Amino acid sequence: MLTLSSLSLRFGGLQVLQGVNLTVPEHGIFGLIGPNGAGKTTVFNLITGLLRPGAGTIEFLGQRIDRMLPYRITRLGVARTFQSIRLFKDMTLIENVLVALGGRPSYGVTSVLLSWGSYRAAESRDSEVARGLLSKVGLAGKAEQRAGALSYGEQRRLEIARALATKPKLLLLDEPAAGMNAVEKRQLIDEIVKLNAGGLGIFIIEHDMSMIMGLCHEIAVLNFGGVIARGTPAQIRANPQVIEAYLGQDEQSPSQTASVSP
Amino acid sequence: MEWLESFWATYSTLVLSIGTNVLLALSIYLTLATGLLTVANAAFMGIGAYTAGLLTTQLGLPFFIALVLGSLLPALVALAIGRPTLRLSGVYLAMATLAFGEVVRIFILNAEGLTGGALGLNGIPQLTQWFDVALAVALTLFVLLRLARSRIGRTMEAICQDETATELMGLNVGAYKLLVFVLGAMLAGLAGGLNAHFTFFISPDEYGFDRAVEILAMGVLGGTGSPWGAVIGGLLITLLPELLRGLGHYRPLINGVILILIILYSPRGIWDLFRPDRESRRLPAAH
Amino acid sequence: MLAQQIVNAISLGGVYALFALGFTLIFGVLNVVNLAHGAVFMIGAYASLKAVVVLQLPLPAAILVAMLATGALGWLLDKFIFAPLRARHAPHLAPMIATIGVAITLTSLIEGTFGSENLRFPSEVLPAEALSMGGVQITWLELEIICLAFALMAILLWGLRKTGAGRALRGLAESPKAVALMGVNVESVFRVTSILAALLGGAAGMLIALYANAVFPRMGQPMLHKGIAVVILGGMGDIRGALLGGFFLGFAEVLSVAYVGSNMRDAIAFGLLFIVLLIRPQGLFGHVVQRRA
Repeated sequence: MLTLSSLSLRFGGLQVLQGVNLTVPEHGIFGLIGPNGAGKTTVFNLITGLLRPGAGTIEFLGQRIDRMLPYRITRLGVARTFQSIRLFKDMTLIENVLVALGGRPSYGVTSVLLSWGSYRAAESRDSEVARGLLSKVGLAGKAEQRAGALSYGEQRRLEIARALATKPKLLLLDEPAAGMNAVEKRQLIDEIVKLNAGGLGIFIIEHDMSMIMGLCHEIAVLNFGGVIARGTPAQIRANPQVIEAYLGQDEQSPSQTASVSP
Repeated sequence: MEWLESFWATYSTLVLSIGTNVLLALSIYLTLATGLLTVANAAFMGIGAYTAGLLTTQLGLPFFIALVLGSLLPALVALAIGRPTLRLSGVYLAMATLAFGEVVRIFILNAEGLTGGALGLNGIPQLTQWFDVALAVALTLFVLLRLARSRIGRTMEAICQDETATELMGLNVGAYKLLVFVLGAMLAGLAGGLNAHFTFFISPDEYGFDRAVEILAMGVLGGTGSPWGAVIGGLLITLLPELLRGLGHYRPLINGVILILIILYSPRGIWDLFRPDRESRRLPAAH
Repeated sequence: MLAQQIVNAISLGGVYALFALGFTLIFGVLNVVNLAHGAVFMIGAYASLKAVVVLQLPLPAAILVAMLATGALGWLLDKFIFAPLRARHAPHLAPMIATIGVAITLTSLIEGTFGSENLRFPSEVLPAEALSMGGVQITWLELEIICLAFALMAILLWGLRKTGAGRALRGLAESPKAVALMGVNVESVFRVTSILAALLGGAAGMLIALYANAVFPRMGQPMLHKGIAVVILGGMGDIRGALLGGFFLGFAEVLSVAYVGSNMRDAIAFGLLFIVLLIRPQGLFGHVVQRRA
């Protein structure tokens, strides 16, 4: 579904990514791990069009997206959440989701101006869809609340609902479990599995090793801007280069964790 | 009725100015609500004023046509400079539009054959009636109020809060920014055309820094919460110097002080004064 | 004569650089686009003129008066506008809009107090004799302007490099958090920077007033626009950029007046500004400012 070929990026004298080759399959959950600063978020930024690669290509469903504008890439079916939460804090939950629905507008400007009736009908249809998405992530009860008032875990779930509103085929999750407690993580894992079972491809960056090992079907490991390993969780766990990359890091290394199955 | 006639004889310019200022305030509300700080609307007003004024005086075109063309030309100019300019963020956009305003003023000043240069354009027929202005304001308000409550208004607010996140939701942010910029230019041009036809005489200085600051003050005072804010902003800025007796000359001073006070004490404009509890929209943050 | 034009360009460029330095300092250290800098410049011109005309002070003293007046203005600006906005973490555009308010308030006040006509220095005060050096005529005035501009710039640059305060300033421009952790009183550095920038602006105001022998309330505006052009050309917040850009503009203007005609003189700055903003908004030395989308 998503192929990165020889992707490279230089940023102000620093080679951030070098010759990255990755293929995210059509189904399943794909994980990207690596020590801090390895370039994982940069990969996401390149995929979603926020950055342009210095060299290499990115293909999604057979189309080259590396030189496309971000909004087009999203319309093709790539959605994303951020490491730091980027919700519209002053808007309500339902408004947040409605903005995302605007990417595939259900009514045009003329109907807003000329025909109050059909525009209103379309708006309430959209509201229904938005509420549906909110209940999918368990937030339907708080639809009219201000997004900034939610708890951290709830905000992350809202982000996912918003991303789902763009009808993605592939969902990029950038450290979705950061700052969550065990219960919230559990819920998140269940959610991700459910979404994946429903046909949504998942590409996830995470530092929580037990989560990644248990969740993903395939994992790639990034270090110093290059892919150093690729394979199933079991293969990654046993890979000596991966172990070495994590030695001396404050994080758990993949081999040290028992996986938590969904 | 006699009371009305004598009222009108004294205050017609003021009332008509309120109308055109409300249009100007609405024109900057559009861009401010989308998170863009552009100070080019005075220049667009000038382009509209000169275009409409020249069309009626030199070519004898009917008022309505002159107004339409006077709104169209600034819109086209906005379209032309919009794409590259709107890519700039925050302060750079403000500075670029500031410079653009100066360029327009210098152009008007130097194109003497066409515009009369520093001497200005004289003898513009007094064609603006109160119902022209009222109609323009009513129509504009209707359109903007509807837009504000629709997905377009939501998208504008989203862009204002976080451009990148909005783009990543599949929304063509560049197109939205261009839309509000061009619409704003059109409104400013319309205000210019209407204004030129009741002030009889226009000069390049009318559309320079002082005017840009006045428009900005109206926009900042009104806040970005709703088009009604712009209406109130336009109203207050027009009336305040008149109410404080004899300070009509010190318009720019008052506008400047208002700007400072609002920024320091009431950044969301009047909404901070009347609804301090409600979390309404903030000023655009430069990235 | 080319040599003559070069001298003109150097003096004009020196003043532009001085002005741009003040502007860029505030952007680099306080992270504020100070659109009141032109008004401060104008106040410097008026202060020096009034010092000469009303207080009957000699020119050198008048410069000090100008700098005192504008320095005070810089202090006021930081204390009552920049600092409160810093304290509440206002968005970046807020102080800029406030400075627009300040600019127009000051201009309006001066216009109301002294009228909008062009005021001049009394001719007795301006040294009229010229020096002849290698076939080029330099008036004493021009020489003084050049020397003063360069002296001030040299002092500033020396101060930034060699003094503790200067280092703190530079550090602040790079990383406010690091500097705060080193126990530096960040607020006072901000205050000093604002005062310093205003000093430079005021001195530039007086020098231009002498150079052109014209003082009027709106003189700050074209200067501000040129300062913006210079600073964007050289890269916002970059000192070398301000210096180079200032001289570049000085040369461009003088040469264009000599060879193309003076109508387009002010347009040069804007032309440059537009081109830079469209092609390379970060200028020669700055960082990327454009978004990709």
